[in-house]
Amino acid sequence: MVGGAAHAGAAGDPLITQVQDWASGHGDGVDATPYGLPVKYESDVIRRNVDWLTADTISSINFTPIHALDGTITPQGCAFERHHSGAIDLSKQDYRLMINGLVDQPLVFTYEDLERFPRENHVYFCECAANTGMEWAGAQLNGAQFTHGMIHNMEYTGVPLRTLLQEAGIQAAGKWVYVEGADASSNGRSIPLEKVLDDCLVAFKANGEALRREHGYPVRLVVPGWEGNLWIKWLRRIEVMDGPVEAKEETSKYTDLLGDGTARKWTWEMDAKSVITSPSPQSPIRHGTGPLVITGLAWSGRGAITQVDVSVDGGANWVAARLAGHQHDKALTRFYLDTDWDGREMLLQARARDATGYVQPTKNALREVRGMNSVYHNNGIQTWLVTPNGEAENVEVS
Amino acid sequence: MSKCRDLIVAIVLTATLTAGSAALAGPYGLGRPALTDEIAAWDHDVRPDGTGLPPGSGSVEAGEALFSERCAACHGDFAEGVDNWPALSGGQDTLDHDDPVKTVGSYWPYLSTLWDYIHRSKPYGNAQTLATDEVYALVAFLLYSNDLVDEKFVLTQGNFLTVEMPNAGGFIIDDRAQAEYPAFSRVPCMERCKDNVQITTRAGTLDVTPQSQTPEPPQAVPPPTDPALLAAGEKVFRKCKSCHQVGEGAKTRIGPVLTGIVDAPAGVADGYRYSKPMQAAGKGGLIWTSKELAAFLTKPKSYMKGTKMSFSGLRKKDDIAAVIAYLTSFSG
Repeated sequence: MVGGAAHAGAAGDPLITQVQDWASGHGDGVDATPYGLPVKYESDVIRRNVDWLTADTISSINFTPIHALDGTITPQGCAFERHHSGAIDLSKQDYRLMINGLVDQPLVFTYEDLERFPRENHVYFCECAANTGMEWAGAQLNGAQFTHGMIHNMEYTGVPLRTLLQEAGIQAAGKWVYVEGADASSNGRSIPLEKVLDDCLVAFKANGEALRREHGYPVRLVVPGWEGNLWIKWLRRIEVMDGPVEAKEETSKYTDLLGDGTARKWTWEMDAKSVITSPSPQSPIRHGTGPLVITGLAWSGRGAITQVDVSVDGGANWVAARLAGHQHDKALTRFYLDTDWDGREMLLQARARDATGYVQPTKNALREVRGMNSVYHNNGIQTWLVTPNGEAENVEVS
Repeated sequence: MSKCRDLIVAIVLTATLTAGSAALAGPYGLGRPALTDEIAAWDHDVRPDGTGLPPGSGSVEAGEALFSERCAACHGDFAEGVDNWPALSGGQDTLDHDDPVKTVGSYWPYLSTLWDYIHRSKPYGNAQTLATDEVYALVAFLLYSNDLVDEKFVLTQGNFLTVEMPNAGGFIIDDRAQAEYPAFSRVPCMERCKDNVQITTRAGTLDVTPQSQTPEPPQAVPPPTDPALLAAGEKVFRKCKSCHQVGEGAKTRIGPVLTGIVDAPAGVADGYRYSKPMQAAGKGGLIWTSKELAAFLTKPKSYMKGTKMSFSGLRKKDDIAAVIAYLTSFSG
């Protein structure tokens, strides 16, 4: 037996040999916490921001603690937030959704109206286009939470946007929709009608309960597989149009500058990507040599994950990891590589492949095409240097 | 189940077949018609061809005054950006440089976007308070600050489309399918893919990752005797120096002299024209105690709405304590 936590002295482990308080007295009764919070021992599993990234916390972003989570569903309470005018307070009673533009009958819905349409449940990831954006110039932030934590994955309940548009009657000239939120930023975005009719969801529940305020309560738009900025929170208006608005968030931002000074626009899809969440800088190896579970997340905005390869030597050799559970389209996949660590230095990498045959590229391969200043859509392979003491660091390799 | 679905399909078909009589309810008959006034109240979007742009006009001159009053605290008097707030001017011909500066003048492809965004979402924290002509004026000023029009220019609904944006042709539609997917869809190597692996960059050497795992406890302001604290305060004060002077020979510059500011009444430095709210606070008895100064310096514009100080605030409690200690050492 190697290592092992239970170092029993001659007299045995007192946690076993002595009667503990919790095995003798009472615990809390029901109703101690009518809505439960994480146990105090997990108080470090929280969203964090990087304060130098933005001028204030109102128009800002924080990061999901993916280094400390497992499975695929992100609890709402620690799922990253991105606001352009802060998280507003909007009740169901005050909520209105308008559909106008190139429709037969412009309509206004209340929240109660939305609950009367046939609804669906789907699990989807939501990734900010800027996730990993700080890493274009080289390894910068030391933790999976900070390099890859602008992502969450929830089970959404809602009404297909298609259903609502059909209720208003889409006119033949309608080719796009413009969607906006009720907050001061409005965060208006234009989406081709084809995508809207395919799989966009007007969601009001996530992971079984109401959306959190910071995720758009009471209603947000879900745009599966596409960049998070399109997932309008506090959704208040949908306008059917014959062309895009070219609003601020689809011109000055969320466009990808290339090396030659031109920029790509309408880069909506999130390409296949993966990251090892443990071991990682915030989740070092504490148990020494022997059995080691290497685990991480993989996802693609263009379909299901079909394979994740893991390398422990910086990409020289790869093995296929074990994919846990079922692989859903446009949702997170959890992978595991169950290994035996001999204590040697490792350069850990993961490489995702999706149903289209796309293989996650290296960061340098991306830079060759795009240069260094794209900001958005960095899906390059991440490397963690794990040293013999079990600590991990964000690095890049040749 | 299949019967149920058939029924829904039948209903949808019926609705489609009878569409054209616009007043007809949709398949589910839910919701109510949106009124013309309601649509007008929410539908503000302005498109590149000018659709949605209301009649009106605004001059560079009017825009400059408005910008100074309502925007410059974050974006700077010349739209050059303060701290981490966005620069809106400059950056021309930098898009292919190592550090591109993406501004209205250097990057934004459509003028309509600027009008639409200011009208809908600005000023920050006070959205939808600008009159139509004020929006025109601010857009005109931003064109001027980017050297795209002269100082006499007046922007109107009529001449809106004549303004040429320098980077209008700078965008291509997502071409990843052609430029990347073929190369990124090859069957990958699994064994002996590299001869050797070298570490090229390390995050540890940069040290820009937040380290604090739990929020810091609030710290009391220590007495200003510690030389290390004074030195730290002097360093923090560099951020203030572009506008303020302190100590012997200090003069009013962009901001008032700060000699003797600690425990002094607000708004009393000679030769400085304070904002109205600052004057009012001084008359109302505001004293710049360490505590009040700390609150002001944390978030000047929240502490005093309308202050002329275009500084976004000090984040670190230590920095605030240090700079107050430093200021206290100049008792005047």
